[in-house]
Amino acid sequence: MAEVVLTGLGKAYGDGTRAVTDLNLEIRDGEFLVLVGPSGCGKTTALRMIAGLEQITEGTIRIGEQVVNDVPSRDRDVAMVFQSYALYPHLNVYDNIAFGLTLRKLPKNEIDHRVREVAEVLELSEHLDRKPRNLSGGQRQRVAMGRAIVRAPQAFLMDEPLSNLDAKLRVQMRAQIARIQREIGVTTVYVTHDQTEAMTLGDRVAVMRRGVLQQVGPPQELYDRPVNLFVAGFIGSPGMNLVSARLDENDGRFWVSLNSDALLLPESVLRQRPALRQYVGRDVVVGIRPEDMEDTELADAREGQILHSVADLVEAMGSDVLVHFPVDVPPVVTDDTRELAQDAGTDDLPKAGGKGTVLVGRFSPRTRIYEGQPVAAWVDTSRLHFFDPATGSSIWK
Amino acid sequence: MTLVAEEVRIEVPVSGAPKRGVLSRVAARLGNGAIQLLLALVAVFWLVPVFGLLIASLRDESANTATGWWTVFTKPAELTLANYAELVANQAVWQSFLNTFYIAVPATVLVVVMASLASYALSWIEFPGRETLTVVVVGLLVMPIQVALIPVAKLFGAFGLFGTITGVVLFHVAFGLPFAIFLLRNFFAGIPRDLIEAARMDGATEWVIFKRVVLPVAKPAIASLTIFQFLWVWNDMLVALVFADQDSAPITVALRAQLRQFGTNIDLLATGAFLSMIVPLAVFLVFQKYFVQGVLAGSTK
Repeated sequence: MAEVVLTGLGKAYGDGTRAVTDLNLEIRDGEFLVLVGPSGCGKTTALRMIAGLEQITEGTIRIGEQVVNDVPSRDRDVAMVFQSYALYPHLNVYDNIAFGLTLRKLPKNEIDHRVREVAEVLELSEHLDRKPRNLSGGQRQRVAMGRAIVRAPQAFLMDEPLSNLDAKLRVQMRAQIARIQREIGVTTVYVTHDQTEAMTLGDRVAVMRRGVLQQVGPPQELYDRPVNLFVAGFIGSPGMNLVSARLDENDGRFWVSLNSDALLLPESVLRQRPALRQYVGRDVVVGIRPEDMEDTELADAREGQILHSVADLVEAMGSDVLVHFPVDVPPVVTDDTRELAQDAGTDDLPKAGGKGTVLVGRFSPRTRIYEGQPVAAWVDTSRLHFFDPATGSSIWK
Repeated sequence: MTLVAEEVRIEVPVSGAPKRGVLSRVAARLGNGAIQLLLALVAVFWLVPVFGLLIASLRDESANTATGWWTVFTKPAELTLANYAELVANQAVWQSFLNTFYIAVPATVLVVVMASLASYALSWIEFPGRETLTVVVVGLLVMPIQVALIPVAKLFGAFGLFGTITGVVLFHVAFGLPFAIFLLRNFFAGIPRDLIEAARMDGATEWVIFKRVVLPVAKPAIASLTIFQFLWVWNDMLVALVFADQDSAPITVALRAQLRQFGTNIDLLATGAFLSMIVPLAVFLVFQKYFVQGVLAGSTK
């Protein structure tokens, strides 16, 4: 086991396209780090460079004490789980798992012991003499995991290992991966484009966009304190509501005007974000997480915390209810939001409700709002997010 | 190639069958019958001459010159194994039969070994000029054999290879490689990249990847190539006629020599032809089982 340190890592292709730019990351010994971002953000390229499957254009990669830039994959002592599993089709489960060990010329009984132990952990013991084609998707995925675990490598690299499984199995395997990683404590770099996987699995999460690292930190920090619009919109599901609004000061009180309503900024927000005062009289991007809204009927709402509209769509999820309602302010359109919409596949959908922005609130299931009815949404104004409309950066100090 | 065919074969009836109406079912049934009839006709068309040849090999010389092979239906007593006995006793034919082995086996083994190594390099090892080299090698497919006969004959003469089995083998290898590389490279390049990379991560060198991952996975392609190459060399007459002398002549050339000696002795020719067919048939039967299995199934999702 070892730490993995990326310093100024970059990848450029012959035609000039850049996949990764100046990536600096220190993955601690035993840490579970998730690289997340939309497709094409360079996360897989970064992982493949650590694996040695991709040439490094600039920067260095250190695994443990050794700089591995020019070390071939087979000598890096890292194991990788592929999205497609990449099992050896002509070998049975036992030989698939044992393959790496036989190449290292371990004694037969040692190999046998380790393979059976791993098979036990992954509940594959009954299937050891089956060929991959006779296994279910979930079993194949476990064999791929087993092949990595059995080698007890310095680090695990996982490239979207769950994306080929159906939703229910994915949740199960997610928990299993987390448990196994904790048990054996191997440094793990995990690539995914699914922010839920990133949040649930990672000790820390690194968000990438167009080859550039945006933010790295514990999942909750990314959720609570995103550094920019992109991270704010990417982390969380449904995504953060982003609207353009004017910040006004009136008798020492700060307001943002949305629609005919105005939200009053509590003292705490201004203490946390002193730089907000410089934006008075200007437009800012206001971010409201769906879960920071509630049906006014069910909340202790005060003046300056309520948005009025008409429910456009009500989705009952059982545990909560998603209420979509339009507000008459222009949507935020920046590079970041465009890319987020593209990633979600919603960029070419017609905007519901014509002009304006549709907000989504996550209400308690006890709400009695129906489609077409007026909504009074309470907003937890202490948890509002603010971004500079020009740079997309979060407004703090 | 073949593995794709197998997977498709499984899928098609599942998606198509349940939606059919009565009319289309009747049409399909009729169509099925018509197709089977057509297939039977084609089979008969192909088999009649072969059957005739078989009968001819089982009748003696005078019977063959007097009447057609079909008279056997009315006079089955004409059948005899005498021709086979005579052929087996013929030292020259035996020698040529062995020569054919000495030519066909190395010419097949060398082509399969060299083409699979070359194809691995051309599909999975990065080196400058790889694409160009592939195009050049495969482009040699258009080179007709006849053009090369005289220059190569001169070359072989200079090296003392003319009239030897080695010379014939070398010629077959040289002209077999472009197609062999074309076939195998296409198959190798179709192996999922992840599979190769997984082996690399597992600690495999290029040689180990080739031997323990690519070769087993490529069994169907290698089986097809082996059959093709062996049949071509076994049945070749042109190359052998040019480059082999009397002692190194394969069976095709030796049988032709029989023709010149005895005139139209169909009895011996038919017997020799049948004897020489047994070997390729056996090769085909041994290797064909490899290309009915879908070897890659289950590797990747």
